[in-house]
Amino acid sequence: MTHYDVVIVGAGHGGAQAAIALRQNKFEGSIAMIGDEPELPYERPPLSKEYFSGEKAFERILIRPAAFWEERKVEMLLNRRVVSVDGDGHSVRIESGETVAYGQLIWATGGSPRRIGCAGNDLHGVHTVRTRADVDRMLSELDAVERVVIIGGGYIGLEAAAVLAKFGKKVVLIEALDRVLARVAGEDLSRFYEAEHRAHGVDVRLDAAVECIEGTDKVAGVRMKDGQVIPAHMVIVGIGIVPAVEPLIAAGAEGGNGVTVDHQCRTSLPDIFAIGDCALHANAFAGGLPVRLESVQNAHDQATLVAKTIMGHELAYDAVPWFWSDQYDLKLQTVGMSNGYDKTVLRGDPASRSFSVIYLKDGRVIALDCVNATKDYVQGRKLVVERLAIDSDRLADSATALKDMPF
Amino acid sequence: MTKIIVTTRKGEEHVLEGSEGTSVMQTIRDAGIDELLALCGGCLSCATCHVHVDPSDIDRFPAATEDENDLLESSDHRTEFSRLSCQLIVNAAIDGLRVTIADDG
Repeated sequence: MTHYDVVIVGAGHGGAQAAIALRQNKFEGSIAMIGDEPELPYERPPLSKEYFSGEKAFERILIRPAAFWEERKVEMLLNRRVVSVDGDGHSVRIESGETVAYGQLIWATGGSPRRIGCAGNDLHGVHTVRTRADVDRMLSELDAVERVVIIGGGYIGLEAAAVLAKFGKKVVLIEALDRVLARVAGEDLSRFYEAEHRAHGVDVRLDAAVECIEGTDKVAGVRMKDGQVIPAHMVIVGIGIVPAVEPLIAAGAEGGNGVTVDHQCRTSLPDIFAIGDCALHANAFAGGLPVRLESVQNAHDQATLVAKTIMGHELAYDAVPWFWSDQYDLKLQTVGMSNGYDKTVLRGDPASRSFSVIYLKDGRVIALDCVNATKDYVQGRKLVVERLAIDSDRLADSATALKDMPF
Repeated sequence: MTKIIVTTRKGEEHVLEGSEGTSVMQTIRDAGIDELLALCGGCLSCATCHVHVDPSDIDRFPAATEDENDLLESSDHRTEFSRLSCQLIVNAAIDGLRVTIADDG
């Protein structure tokens, strides 16, 4: 059985950064990265933005060129899915039967797109957006597609809607809750994005429940619970991910919503770390509650922490969450985590298409959502990191810069 | 191919070849100089690709937009020669460019 000092399962943002950070921190042992896609690590955010729209070729979104991994002596084992973990024996087994032994294991598998649980979910023309292959498949069908139904009003659904609307497709976006981005943002932001999408011709349906997807071998429409059938040549399902942690749970790791890790990203199994979208961790910016933070920042920062931990540093994960989303000409930049807010302050006028929403809890700033408002995004970070208590009326006064706010 | 000379934080000099239309960030990253991060992939949502442009080269580029300036302000190491390298596009006119990777934070 081949043995590596560090085996990284997952070749996405977290896995790539774990290998990069190990070498940057002078780790000289052997490293292997096992990924279930054929591609070398690539950036995922462009899949619903500039790769989907055709603005960037695939080579431009590789995290590093192939030569880099060879030079850093990171063995790439691609097109391989790990199906089980032997925690005591310190090895993983790949679908093919191949086993790989590890000194330390870093689990960075992210998750797979949640499938909609209804009839017709496997018809030709029903897509999810997680991998390059997903997007290539959609792109290959797009010429023959006029009508697209997008199920899910989160970031993936909205970003895909923006790209498709610009392509001139007729898009219907279905959201089960009463507003888009309901799980991640406050009402001001939700209503703003709803209006923007409508202004671009996207038919946004809220409080809308899907009964099933209809079609013979390919999709023809989406039947709603109220009986209406929405015609569709393509359906895109963007309703979240299921963390890919079954082999760890089967091996006895604590988990439920993803795999549970401590402040150093260690799972409950010895010598096994988990990072990124799949790692449930107590986050100070969520008031200490356990969360899975699905962002490039989290994958990257947890990967760096694990690399440093392996090199003997004593650190705790405390990186400030930040995130971005590009739709049409709107740049959304967020810092902190807004869940649990008890007050929002609108700063600037949404009608000007440059504004921020500031989230507070117990009088303290916990997060900002900034739309075309980079100054607020940059200056708001300190307010979040220091959980500053600032009067709402002052925060709302856009004539005063956030960095000049008294507190 | 356009010649770009990059100095790392430790003072090591690397001579790189950039392709027309790519960014200086991409050129540096593709050369394996990994102390330069580009966390947002070059879409003006972070400041991790911050470089100091040699004073004699700074005017070879169009001025920074307000967004780029705002992001540069987040760095403790911002100078008048600071640019986000994802916004510096490679073309023949910048042949011989010298940049230094800025300290992070």
